[in-house]
Amino acid sequence: MMYDWLYNLTGSEILAMFIVSLLPLFVFILPFALFAVLMERKVSAHMQDRLGPMRTGYHGILQTIADIIKLLQKEDLVPTATDKILFNLAPLLAFIGSYAAFAAIPFSGFFIGTKIDLGIIFIVGVTGLVVAGILMAGWASNNKYSLLGAMRAAAQIISYEIPTLLIILTIIMLTGTLSLYDLSEMQTAYFWNWLILGGPAVGLQKILLIPFMIMGCLIIYTSTLAEVNRTPFDIPEAESELVSGYHTEYSGMKFAMFFLAEYANMFAVSAIVAIMFFGGYQSPFGYLGNTLGWTWLVPIEQFFWFTSKGLFFVFVQMWLRWTLPRFRVDQLMAFCWKYLIPFSFVILLLVGLIALM
Amino acid sequence: MALKTEEMVLNMGPQHPSTHGVLRLELQIDGEIIIDVIPHIGYLHRCFEKHCEAMTYPQVIPYTDRMDYLASMYNEFGYALAMERLMKIEVPERVEYIRVIMGELQRIASHLVALGTYGADIGAFTPFLFCFRDRERILHLFEITCGARLLYNYIWIGGLSHDLHPDFIRLTKEFIKDFRPNVKELNELLSYNRIFIERTANVGVLPIETAINYGVSGPNLRASGMKWDLRKDDPYSVYHKFDYDIPIGKGEKGKTGDCWDRYYVRVLEMDESLKIIEQAIEQIPDGDVTSAIPKRVKPPEGQIYTRVENPRGELGYFIISDGSINPARVKVRAPSFVTMQVFPELCKGFMVADVVAILGSVDIVLGEIDR
Repeated sequence: MMYDWLYNLTGSEILAMFIVSLLPLFVFILPFALFAVLMERKVSAHMQDRLGPMRTGYHGILQTIADIIKLLQKEDLVPTATDKILFNLAPLLAFIGSYAAFAAIPFSGFFIGTKIDLGIIFIVGVTGLVVAGILMAGWASNNKYSLLGAMRAAAQIISYEIPTLLIILTIIMLTGTLSLYDLSEMQTAYFWNWLILGGPAVGLQKILLIPFMIMGCLIIYTSTLAEVNRTPFDIPEAESELVSGYHTEYSGMKFAMFFLAEYANMFAVSAIVAIMFFGGYQSPFGYLGNTLGWTWLVPIEQFFWFTSKGLFFVFVQMWLRWTLPRFRVDQLMAFCWKYLIPFSFVILLLVGLIALM
Repeated sequence: MALKTEEMVLNMGPQHPSTHGVLRLELQIDGEIIIDVIPHIGYLHRCFEKHCEAMTYPQVIPYTDRMDYLASMYNEFGYALAMERLMKIEVPERVEYIRVIMGELQRIASHLVALGTYGADIGAFTPFLFCFRDRERILHLFEITCGARLLYNYIWIGGLSHDLHPDFIRLTKEFIKDFRPNVKELNELLSYNRIFIERTANVGVLPIETAINYGVSGPNLRASGMKWDLRKDDPYSVYHKFDYDIPIGKGEKGKTGDCWDRYYVRVLEMDESLKIIEQAIEQIPDGDVTSAIPKRVKPPEGQIYTRVENPRGELGYFIISDGSINPARVKVRAPSFVTMQVFPELCKGFMVADVVAILGSVDIVLGEIDR
């Protein structure tokens, strides 16, 4: 465990805690955001017969850094008619919500912020802060487009949390644990132990579980897409209708905060899908470190597998974004309440019956 | 105690990403439902008609380019046609063929912009760039012919400014060959996309009676189910020599005359335009394109109304000549302007997101509305 190791190294509880809490930000979220923004631009460009950024550095790899420098230099503009306190607080809250989620995400057996037993519930709860941030931003901007965007976002995120939670509940019921670390450890060894393939269950039970698990995985992936406002559910920021939704009035670093929160969130939800269905940080076919007897290599390999899985789901998000049009707000709600939620209930019920077998 | 609710007025534009220019829509909304839409136009007003009175006849042509800047070729075409009828000029056959080829290429280019931006309005950004990639090749064809990509000043009274570039025929054939699969790709990516159909079918239905009462023309009228195309119904130039269809909306995915129909009619029309270009390239005769250009344009006293089927509908020029070298009056019947009037009718009862979908589907160009 990272915290214990740092505690032994530094001898100070507070310092160790401090470093552990900052690590995801500097080791992961910021580099990830840098990389993901560039990836988004390159993926979209190549899908659209373009090249994307090419001028800054080799094939534009320094583009995001240049963008961030630009955003840092911008004037911190606060429009006069805004509610100043809420306006300034909103991006922070949105960012805190998505950042805090990383505390409970196990990047590897070693690199985990805190091993809370309620990990999954913690993540779902703390990402709820993002909604508050978005609503505050929309309200405080004193702009009709922002307000419409924020209301849509709140309605959408809250609705889509229901199918997400129902599927999470199914997994909890099946595995009997709320801790993401335990969940990952449970799916160890080879890829047929992943929950998408029925998890550690055996025999008939395993075979019966597979279709429900695949459906559950699709449902949770779809609803998490909606929770992070990505196409086809990017209605809160629907550019063609609402300019840019709740962050229309934001510029400079405050805008960057929303942006960072969005990308951090994208990875957070992908990580949840990866942990719940695709073995988390577990390798699909054993570890090189174990074979060679180098135990220090195992966490690094685990980190590699975890980020690869996460990045793959982030890539799928981008892929969808640049392929699909967007739903209308009422169709979005209908899709959630008429299809996703009933299906999740059925899955919950049937998986419960199978688990009783 | 009853809660007090009130309608909100939302100003959409003039600076808004999907008003396709500088249009301001005053939306009265109840939640997200549209109660009324009041379009405010005139942000792009450049006094076209008054300006013309101070110009000589040939000098008007560059101004017509700037009306519907996505279909400049066709604006010139209509104006040249009107002037030739007024002055009774016989135009060489080659000129007519080139005009038709250019006009139809322009129609494809214009529809590509309409379809691409429509995709972007609905939220799919990729088709937008696919369409612009193909439009780019048409613009290249125009560029090698006359040197300009958007505002050409190519079709003159009685002739053309340049003959075709030696490579033009070959490049056009290549373009047609490459473009057909791209239309198919566009259909797979956007037209038959389930979400796209959900967003556009049964939205903004324009019944045929309403369309006729308002004087809507072009693809918007045809999408409502009326087979009305001036190329067939009031033939001009050499259009009678070609074999092509007039596609109409059939209500495949919803009611006839909904946004999807208006979108899809344009997709089909591109295919018909390709057919016309193919035939015209095969039949094109030799000749001198500048031989019939009058040295001095001084039409006799009189007046004329000429209409052509521009990519957006019936583009009419009403020209009064007092016998001098300046026109006494040039009045333009702009198709987008007429379509804009029916727009509030289409929006009532739908949602804010649908306003964008409807506005994109009627395909207006503000340069033409405001002139």
